[in-house]
Amino acid sequence: MHIPDGYLAPQTAIPLLAIMVPVWGVAVKKVQQTLKKKQVPVLAVGAAFSFTIMMFNLPIPGGSSAHAVGAVLLAILLGPWAACLGVSTALIIQALVFSDGGILAIGANCFNMGVIMPFIGYYIYKVIKGPAGAVSGRGIVAAFIAGYVGLNFAALSTALMFGSQYEWFKAANGTPLYFPLPLKVAVGAMMAEHLILAGPVEGIVTALGLTFVGRSYPELVEDELTINSNQGGSCHV
Amino acid sequence: MFKRYAKLWWALGAFIILCPLGLIATGTAFGEWGLDELAKSEEVGFIPQGLAKFADFWQHAAMPDYSIPGMTATFTQSAIGYIASAIVGVALVLIIISLLGKIVKD
Repeated sequence: MHIPDGYLAPQTAIPLLAIMVPVWGVAVKKVQQTLKKKQVPVLAVGAAFSFTIMMFNLPIPGGSSAHAVGAVLLAILLGPWAACLGVSTALIIQALVFSDGGILAIGANCFNMGVIMPFIGYYIYKVIKGPAGAVSGRGIVAAFIAGYVGLNFAALSTALMFGSQYEWFKAANGTPLYFPLPLKVAVGAMMAEHLILAGPVEGIVTALGLTFVGRSYPELVEDELTINSNQGGSCHV
Repeated sequence: MFKRYAKLWWALGAFIILCPLGLIATGTAFGEWGLDELAKSEEVGFIPQGLAKFADFWQHAAMPDYSIPGMTATFTQSAIGYIASAIVGVALVLIIISLLGKIVKD
C-alpha cells in the first residue's frame, strides 16, 4: 500500500502533501493537549510496532503481496490523532531510509494509512463496542471489525488514487503517464487482496494486540476512556 | 521509558527477530512494481513516461528495500539485512517519538 514515486502525478501527490501539513499540525496540538506523559512510551512502542508489522509481507496467490499496518490498534489505545502521528512517523522513515513508498507520495501514503485508516477504525470500534469493556468479548470483536474495515478503507483510498491517474493523465500518444491500469482494475485488485487476506490479518492483529495490552496493563485501556471525554468526544460511560 | 511497559518492549523485540518471515512473500505488492517489472508485465508491458521521470526521485535511501547494500545474494544475507533494517527503523521511530513526546503537557 506504499505508493512509490512516479505512480501519482505531481498534480495529485503535491496537493495531498499540502493537505497533510495542517493535519499533522492539528495532530500535534491534539496530542499535546490530550496525551498523558505516561502514554508517550506506548506511542513510541506502538509506532515502532506499526513500522515492523508493515515488514511482515503476506504472500498473495498470483505473485503479489500485502501487509497489515497496525494503525487501528494505535487509534484504539491512544486516540486517532496520536495514531496519525505514530503511523506517519513510521511511513516517513520507511520512505526516506528504506525507499518503501515515495518521497513525493509521502502525503498520499500518510493520508491513506495515517488518517483514513485510524479514524475510520477508531469510530467503528467505538460504535460497535458501545459501553462494553475494551477486553470484553464485544470489545475484542469490535477491535477485529475495526481493523478489518479500517485497512480496507485505506486500500480503497489507495486504489482510487492509483486508478484516477490512469483516467486523468495520458501522454500525447494516448498511453497513461503514471499509474498504468484503469480504475476498476486498481479497485478490483486492491480490494480482493485486502478484503480476503490482509484485512482479516489486520483484524486479528488489532484484536490480539488490544487483548495483550489490556490484560498486561489494564490502566492503558481504561485511561483511553478519559482521554476520549477530554477530547469532547461522545463517550458517556 | 523501557521499564514501565516491559512486556510491550519484549513483544516488539520478538517482532524484530521474527520479521524475516515477511521475506517469504516474494511477490511485489500491487502498484509497487519496479520499472523492469512494468516493462516485463503482461498486463502493462511498457514504462509510462511520467512514471519513469519520477520513479528515482529519491536516491538517498541508506538501506533500500530493507537490505544492507551488497548483501542480498542469499536468504540468510537478506534476513540479516531485514533484521538490521528493523533495528535501525525502530531506533529512528523511538528517537523521533521521544522528541515529539516532550511537547506533551499532561
